[in-house]
Amino acid sequence: MANVPVHEWSLLEAARKVRGKEISSRELTGAILARIEAIDPKIHAYITVLPEAAAAQAAACDEEQAKGALRGPFHGVPIGLKDIFCTRGVRTTCGSRILRDFLPPYDACVTEKVLAAGAVVPGKHNMDEFAMGSSTETSFFGATRNPWDVSRIPGGSSGGTAAAVAAAMCFAGVGTDTGGSIRQPASLCGVVGVKPTYGRVSRYGMVAFASSLDQGGPITRTVADAAALLGVIAGYDRRDSTCVDIPVPDYLAAVERPVKGLRVGLPKEYYEGGGLSPEVRAAVEKALKALTDQGAEVVDVSLPHTEYALSTYYLIAPAEASSNLARYDGVRYGHRAEGASGLIEMMSRTRAEGFGDEVKRRIMIGTYALSAGYYDAFYGKAQKVRTLIRDDFTKAFESADVLLTPTAPTPAFRLGEKTGDPLTMYLSDIYTIPCNLAGIPGISVPCGFSTEGLPIGAQLLSKPFREETMFTAAGAIERALPMRRVAPLEG
Amino acid sequence: MAFETVIGLEVHAQLSTRSKIFCACSTAFGASPNENTCPVCTGMPGVLPVLNRKAVECTIRTALATSCTVQRRSVFARKNYFYPDLPKAYQISQYELPIALGGHVDIEVDGGTKRVGITRIHMEEDAGKLVHEGEFAGAQASLADLNRRSGPLMDIVSEPDMRSPEEGGAYLRRLHDILVYLGVCDGNMEEGSFRCDANVSVRPVGQAAFGTKAELKNMNSFRNVEKALEYEIRRQVELIEDGGKVVQETRLWDAGAGVTVSMRRKEEAHDYRYFPDPDLLPLIVDDSWIEELRATIPEMPAAKIERLGRQYGISRYDAGILASTRALADFFEASAAIYGGNPKTTANECVHWKDAILAGTLSPETISHAVEDRERGTVSATASKKLVELVLSTGKPFRTLRDEQGLTQLSDTSALDLLVDKVLAASPKEVEGYRAGKAGLLSFFVGQVMKESRGKANPKMVQEVLRKKLGPPMV
Amino acid sequence: MAITREEVLHVARLARLSLPEPEAERLREQLSAILDYVKQLDRLDTRDVVPTSHAIETGTPFRDDVVEPFGDREALLANAPDRLNDCFRVPRIIED
Ligand SMILES: [Mg+2]
Ligand SMILES: [Zn+2]
Repeated sequence: MANVPVHEWSLLEAARKVRGKEISSRELTGAILARIEAIDPKIHAYITVLPEAAAAQAAACDEEQAKGALRGPFHGVPIGLKDIFCTRGVRTTCGSRILRDFLPPYDACVTEKVLAAGAVVPGKHNMDEFAMGSSTETSFFGATRNPWDVSRIPGGSSGGTAAAVAAAMCFAGVGTDTGGSIRQPASLCGVVGVKPTYGRVSRYGMVAFASSLDQGGPITRTVADAAALLGVIAGYDRRDSTCVDIPVPDYLAAVERPVKGLRVGLPKEYYEGGGLSPEVRAAVEKALKALTDQGAEVVDVSLPHTEYALSTYYLIAPAEASSNLARYDGVRYGHRAEGASGLIEMMSRTRAEGFGDEVKRRIMIGTYALSAGYYDAFYGKAQKVRTLIRDDFTKAFESADVLLTPTAPTPAFRLGEKTGDPLTMYLSDIYTIPCNLAGIPGISVPCGFSTEGLPIGAQLLSKPFREETMFTAAGAIERALPMRRVAPLEG
Repeated sequence: MAFETVIGLEVHAQLSTRSKIFCACSTAFGASPNENTCPVCTGMPGVLPVLNRKAVECTIRTALATSCTVQRRSVFARKNYFYPDLPKAYQISQYELPIALGGHVDIEVDGGTKRVGITRIHMEEDAGKLVHEGEFAGAQASLADLNRRSGPLMDIVSEPDMRSPEEGGAYLRRLHDILVYLGVCDGNMEEGSFRCDANVSVRPVGQAAFGTKAELKNMNSFRNVEKALEYEIRRQVELIEDGGKVVQETRLWDAGAGVTVSMRRKEEAHDYRYFPDPDLLPLIVDDSWIEELRATIPEMPAAKIERLGRQYGISRYDAGILASTRALADFFEASAAIYGGNPKTTANECVHWKDAILAGTLSPETISHAVEDRERGTVSATASKKLVELVLSTGKPFRTLRDEQGLTQLSDTSALDLLVDKVLAASPKEVEGYRAGKAGLLSFFVGQVMKESRGKANPKMVQEVLRKKLGPPMV
Repeated sequence: MAITREEVLHVARLARLSLPEPEAERLREQLSAILDYVKQLDRLDTRDVVPTSHAIETGTPFRDDVVEPFGDREALLANAPDRLNDCFRVPRIIED
């Protein structure tokens, strides 16, 4: 282990070494900035790199530490943020032309918490425009590449974060997940991604896509790193009315717990469809074996409304998005079309120029689903089916403590492969979407590679506010199936 | 053909909270442009609303005071439309499930009482302000000031129960009094704290179905509401009599021209695409909260007028003036409690000094002392008035001023006896004349005694003493 | 379920998105395909189902009525594409 390069250290290891003065924050941050400079031209995981600001933060951390003060558990360690979290005075684009030069006047709650924990922010990660996408190809700033095969997509929408973590261009990152946007790219990039229970992490300052589904969460190279980072960003925030005031448990302690007696549910609907690649199925079966070998029990469960989840999601999320994105009207910030002759024309052209195709498509679907005469048939109907999907999970969790499923039906696909057909692209989130609709927590943990050397992830789902259970299972899988987490890229 | 008018009113009342409904910015009126704004009320990316408890309490108290049923669960929705004074491009408002349903307000018309139903009360956020550069018609640009954005509003919707502009005016005034009584709204119509839209239609007398209604906006005083209604009713009746048809539309009241003008709007503007706001959870109100708030509901104007009349024996007219403002009625009762005497005198004094009382420059002690001293004869009516004026200008207590200024009346009988004896001894001829039947000489003696006392004697008592000493004149 | 061109244009107007002709037709096809797909929900009988707006079912929390000024008006106005002094400036509102 002694010759592991600095940038490949785990988050906890890096934090421990800074605390133990084995390395300064300046050196650690310098290593990450150098890595970004060397690797990112190939990957494009960052929209904005902040070399001066990060160096200054690192210097301040070192100075404070010299006086005996530590900011928090990640003192002096570089952690990146998806470019959806507002950073005061640092441009926050959400991957969109419409916010190309937007300077937030305030920090998101997640930003505040990461900074308060002592982290240094090396930059803002690329993402699908307004988090709408599963491949990070809809970003106005250009696509991100999968570090395991640069001809492939990293998944999305938090593809920049997953790729940056997999390529060791930060020790960890925080992404957001509305229908799988943390777990699916984590799976495709061979790293760990957590979508916490709805209400566990404050959404304040996280640019909204679909308010009733969005959650921020960690993307890291180890389960323990994810548990530690979630422990920092979770917790009550009075500025978010949907944030729940429940104490944050010690997630890190849960990672080491034995899985003996844990009831692992296998929802049969997730394994039945023709879309599941045999390689993914085989890898997830290995993860299951890892759990049963350590004493977990297998139970068969059913989530009968699974086949309706995608439709439900593609009505609810665009409906909320159509309203959330209405504020980008060229009045107070962001892009404004030139030379419009009146207000309506200014707004309509601003939005047509500022938004990309996928965002427009979803605004159109959402507006349609809410419009007079269609509300009951579309949005109203979807809200009711959402109840059925949620009830499925409540029932499944009567006999299981945790559910094990594939995270994505296939390993990473090629750039451009699915951009022409929105529906095919939407299918890559088929296993991750139900979790958001039900508000429950989920984690993707690496469990193998395809014959082409592409990473595969297994998804674990647990009851609301019982993230510990999935951390316990994920920890057991990780210990049983050790594998490379940093993509073999040469700088 | 005879027509009947049908009027329903919708009042938007700005709630008297210190901070806005969904953020911590100040609601103070008159700040410089965008001074009272923050990321939340300017609709920055990523911001979220958090509901102001006080705004909810103001609304629940209004609901209770108007006999509405407070809903244990209500829901905030988004009303979606684009406008530069609406930063998020949606207004958070209660739609399908408002906080209160089914109440009423009793109004007085033609000497009788009429009950006007309240359909619902809901909460919502206010819009910002747009100022047009140059003349409106030729304006090349508009300026958005978001200070008022997200101010707390309460929307009170009446049933179409009113049948004349007078009833509409009476309802508005009564509702206004209730809100001001509750302290939930400052009631200032000029600053827009109390705004009203009207739905008005006409139908042939005897017809059960409502006629097509027009919605009237832009009326910023009670009088304007009545005038706009009068105009609009006339317009609709004439239209129908000429064989035309009323179209459903929004019309603006032009107070200068005294007419309502159609405000054409595109069809699509009405597709607001309401849906429950995912950033807020349902508003849950439990019984104990409601009971706690019920205990804070003061006596309402109608009940107060009735009680003041009964309890103090004052006229309905005086009671009405006193009860028009809660502070004035409270002042009257405080004064009457300090000195009982004849409450009518106290009521008269309160009505007379109303402005100073409401300005907070008079205390109940001052009025009660003035009334008591007058009733006891210690000061005259003229002196009393002068003394209250002095209280206002100097701030000194009434009785201190009375003694300093020597404005006490002489009401001590033994002192008066001496004065009267002196005057009678000095005017033997007049005494003789009086006793011989010249009863008119009594005022001569009174005048002499007053002169002798340098105006301090109590004239009424002087007369009594004189009559006793002179005996009855011979007739 | 095919969506008509008129509906596409109407929805685009509601959403304030100007749509050039070719884009409108492409969107019409894509929206039709998506709406066809989501119509599978009609197979479910949901008459007695209560809609879910949130996965959590507590009441909304409250703020105390306390003023906390943001204190940086300039930062709020600094992003404005057009402004006059401390106001956001927009083109004339009069609809043609
Ligand atoms: Mg309203
Ligand atoms: Zn504000």
